[in-house]
Amino acid sequence: MEIKQVLRSLSEASGVSGYEHGLNSLVQENCPWADEIKTDKLGNVIMLKKGQGSGPRPKVMLAGHMDEIGLIITKIEKEGFLRFGTIGGFDQRVLLAQEVVVHGRKPLTGVIGAKPPHVQAAGEQSKAVSMEDLFIDVGFDSQAEAEEHVTVGDLVTMKRDVLDLQSSFMAGKSFDDRAGVAAIFECFKVLAKVSHDADVYGVATVQEEVGLRGAITSTYGIVPDIGIAIDVGFGDSPGLPESDTIKLGQGPGIAIGPHVHPKLHTRMVETAKEWNISFSSDPSPYPGGTDAYAIQVARAGVATILLSIPLRYMHTPIETLDYEDVRRTGRLMAMFIAGLDNDFVEGLTCF
Amino acid sequence: MLLARLTEANGAPGQEGEVRDLIRAELEAHVDEIKTDALGNLIAIKNPDAPGPRVMLAAHMDEVALMIVGIESNGYLKFRPIGGVDPRVLVAKSVVVGAKKVPGVIGSKPIHLQKPAERERPFTIQELLIDIGAKTKEEAERLVKLGECAYFTTKYEEIGNGKIKAKALDDRVGCELAIRLLQEDVSFPLIAAFTVQEEVGLRGAGVATYQVKPDLALVLEGTTASDVPGTDEHKHATTVGAGPCITVIDRVSIPYPPLVQELFALADEEGIKVQVRRNTAGGTDAGRIQMSEEGVKVATIAVPCRYIHSPVSVMSKDDYEGAYKLVKSYLKRLQEREASN
Amino acid sequence: MKTIIQQLTEAFGPSGFETEVTELIKSMIEEHVDELGADVLGNLIAVKKGSQDGKKIMFAAHTDEIGLVVTHIDDKGFLRFGNVGGVGISTLVGNRVRFAGGAVGAIYQEKGSWKDLTLDKLYIDIGAESKEEALKKVKVGEFGIFHREFEDLGNRLIAKSMDDRVGCAVLVEALKTIKNPKNTLYFVFTAQEEVGLRGARTAAYGIEPDLGIALDVTLTGDMPEARRMDVSLGKGAAIKVKDSSLIAHPKVKDLLVSLAEEKQIPYQMEVLDAGGTDAGAIHLTKAGVPSGAISIPTRYVHSPSEMVDIRDVKACVDLVVALADKDLAAI
Repeated sequence: MEIKQVLRSLSEASGVSGYEHGLNSLVQENCPWADEIKTDKLGNVIMLKKGQGSGPRPKVMLAGHMDEIGLIITKIEKEGFLRFGTIGGFDQRVLLAQEVVVHGRKPLTGVIGAKPPHVQAAGEQSKAVSMEDLFIDVGFDSQAEAEEHVTVGDLVTMKRDVLDLQSSFMAGKSFDDRAGVAAIFECFKVLAKVSHDADVYGVATVQEEVGLRGAITSTYGIVPDIGIAIDVGFGDSPGLPESDTIKLGQGPGIAIGPHVHPKLHTRMVETAKEWNISFSSDPSPYPGGTDAYAIQVARAGVATILLSIPLRYMHTPIETLDYEDVRRTGRLMAMFIAGLDNDFVEGLTCF
Repeated sequence: MLLARLTEANGAPGQEGEVRDLIRAELEAHVDEIKTDALGNLIAIKNPDAPGPRVMLAAHMDEVALMIVGIESNGYLKFRPIGGVDPRVLVAKSVVVGAKKVPGVIGSKPIHLQKPAERERPFTIQELLIDIGAKTKEEAERLVKLGECAYFTTKYEEIGNGKIKAKALDDRVGCELAIRLLQEDVSFPLIAAFTVQEEVGLRGAGVATYQVKPDLALVLEGTTASDVPGTDEHKHATTVGAGPCITVIDRVSIPYPPLVQELFALADEEGIKVQVRRNTAGGTDAGRIQMSEEGVKVATIAVPCRYIHSPVSVMSKDDYEGAYKLVKSYLKRLQEREASN
Repeated sequence: MKTIIQQLTEAFGPSGFETEVTELIKSMIEEHVDELGADVLGNLIAVKKGSQDGKKIMFAAHTDEIGLVVTHIDDKGFLRFGNVGGVGISTLVGNRVRFAGGAVGAIYQEKGSWKDLTLDKLYIDIGAESKEEALKKVKVGEFGIFHREFEDLGNRLIAKSMDDRVGCAVLVEALKTIKNPKNTLYFVFTAQEEVGLRGARTAAYGIEPDLGIALDVTLTGDMPEARRMDVSLGKGAAIKVKDSSLIAHPKVKDLLVSLAEEKQIPYQMEVLDAGGTDAGAIHLTKAGVPSGAISIPTRYVHSPSEMVDIRDVKACVDLVVALADKDLAAI
């Protein structure tokens, strides 16, 4: 299957932070390149592709998070409407009038409703509808009826099929960061055809959206020499300054900042130039917010780098990217890994 | 003078090379082992395999700075602070940028062209640009790379009655103390961890501690003092000239109470003037060190500095000497305890 | 059980200074455990050994309570202070504080509107008439707590520091009940939870449990015009789905629900949108620990009058006891 199709399936599947187990089989079945696949105690899926090096092989960890932001049922009203909170950061303004799936005893389709504009007081319409006032309507007529199907604590995801836009652009609900997982697959696919010394651990991490939690524990278990986090970055869109964004269709952003090892940055840029892979420079003075931040400080410290796939409309159900950027990201990582040897890795602790 | 050279060296979080090289050169002859790790922490070890407690001194090498994030078509540089900087302190300062130390200034609209109301509102980071005199984007790009940092150009100077004025006293004063203290003659393992990236979330300290595995750690810091006009006495946090501060609680740590008690008692015996840090906000590497693995005993000893995280900070030489004496006495006491064992 | 709660809630133990509480707990459980230990952060660790094929369960309840620290003493003998943990300003004015050395004082505010109140506008009056007199009673840097006694209202109890001495009481009571558990149980009375889940983290690092369970209080939504939350006093043990530090492992959550159903222990589901518990620290230890939490529904958390229902507390004890013997092969 084309990896682009895998990304489509991944994006349409459900896996809110902490509840990613539904994605495990989809990830594993679509990774024929790995020599070993295991799931750790928090649910991270770890796919190992062994290197051909005969001596001690460098360990490279690739991390793309598979969790998505979602909603959680907090209360069932007596009329059968469902109140909800969030898991991860949603802009309350994008929630109104979305279709959702409530993961009750079985999946239920629902819609997010609010008081209609017609009955709102003057002035109310100029304010955003707050999360407190929103509810999910699954079509039940009473609390008792709803409680047969739904419990407080059940998860809710956006209901959205992937949409093909012009050229290789796509829109979907959870490219953040299933696109990172797809980039790991693209990398593995290229690595299957080139020789590489390093052992490569592709990790579909969990619970990134609620605090980089899966990356903390999986890095502790793997103890890599090099960590590469693949996440989405703010794509160019109207109203955003150029210096805060990276352009769609021009390859991954290669980050520079405290969370990036200077020698990895130099080597990554050289690799991109050598193989004619387009990229953007992505300086970031605020190092938090991606798995790279967690990987870097595991145990005795890990040399890390962050690659960002440009993405528009982050944390909405219509996240938009250029699939070619996913492919480029995968290829760049593969060529970078193919070029690694022990001398380079040993040099990473020499400042 | 070492403190002058340390404060005039530049080291943004993640780009501490200049400071690290200086410290390494200073210490190499005095320690048994000196190494770096994957983040760039510099770890200097004396008596690595000796019996007795493993004692770690910790000071961070990084300082707040401005990262270049964009170059305008007319050659101006766009920047964002790396670490906590109040944007109001930036306007009309001189800086040097990046590896080539390109001189520049942070400019603003002249007062003549401002409307009166404009002067009431502070400049935002978005409005401020660094001017290096380049006329075009291409010219600027030959001199400066994205991701490089700009630094204040403040010179070290002794002023007034026993005061020191410099940039980056937070925490080069700690680095200087650790360098001096590491030259003490002790029989137990004594380690200095010069950490990276403290200013962007105490990033280096945990990693260093995991390698060092200390029994006890003393964090040496430059901490905020607000003993200035317009601030009520109960909001001073620390007072310049009243001796080094010992922390009882901050946002990230409650230093090991028996050790804190011991330090106060020791100061009293030795006649060293000390003060309690009277603020619960702020955090130091102690937070990460204390939480390493199964836990580490920590204390934080800090020199009060006015106007930290700005181009100029001010501290007292007496406070700094007091901090030195206090830690030195403590190491001596540990040494005596070891000898009697 | 009420006596245990009274003794524990009336003890002194702000974060970092939990010794009085841990000593008290030690005296309550000594005869019922196989091992007792302590560590640098101030945790008390009690072990009850299980059978060969059992797993390691770490139960955590924190001994520390929120408090205050003296930051300044003025010439007239008034104290200024900072917070230890999440202290709400609205709970302070007019309240009383007790310090480590025994001094008691009243908290009050400078002139000005309630709305603009910040911590540095409050002061403590310990009845001293001068700085010198004050210095005889307290020191700058000394920690204090709410000074408030326990009240028994029947099913409902009010006290300071129910958060989380009631969790400690649940563990103490469970320890007394459990005889020969299948699993090896680590009852950890953790330090410094209120300032960042600190004790639980270093304890879990040493223990390396197979399963982590926090016993802590949670908020309720059953008061007049309260926050929207589907947890009520008297409706049973609360099984945590999430808070801001933890998304309970789905299998752990489901296990607790099925145990409650099986043993007919009253329970309710808890979705907490703010706040964290020790399980948040435990689950991120080393390569990860599947974790969850059993919460005691509590009104007015972080005030001097935290209220619980003894029936909920007993339900929590029953759930802990049931889990001690449960086959955990599926986790």
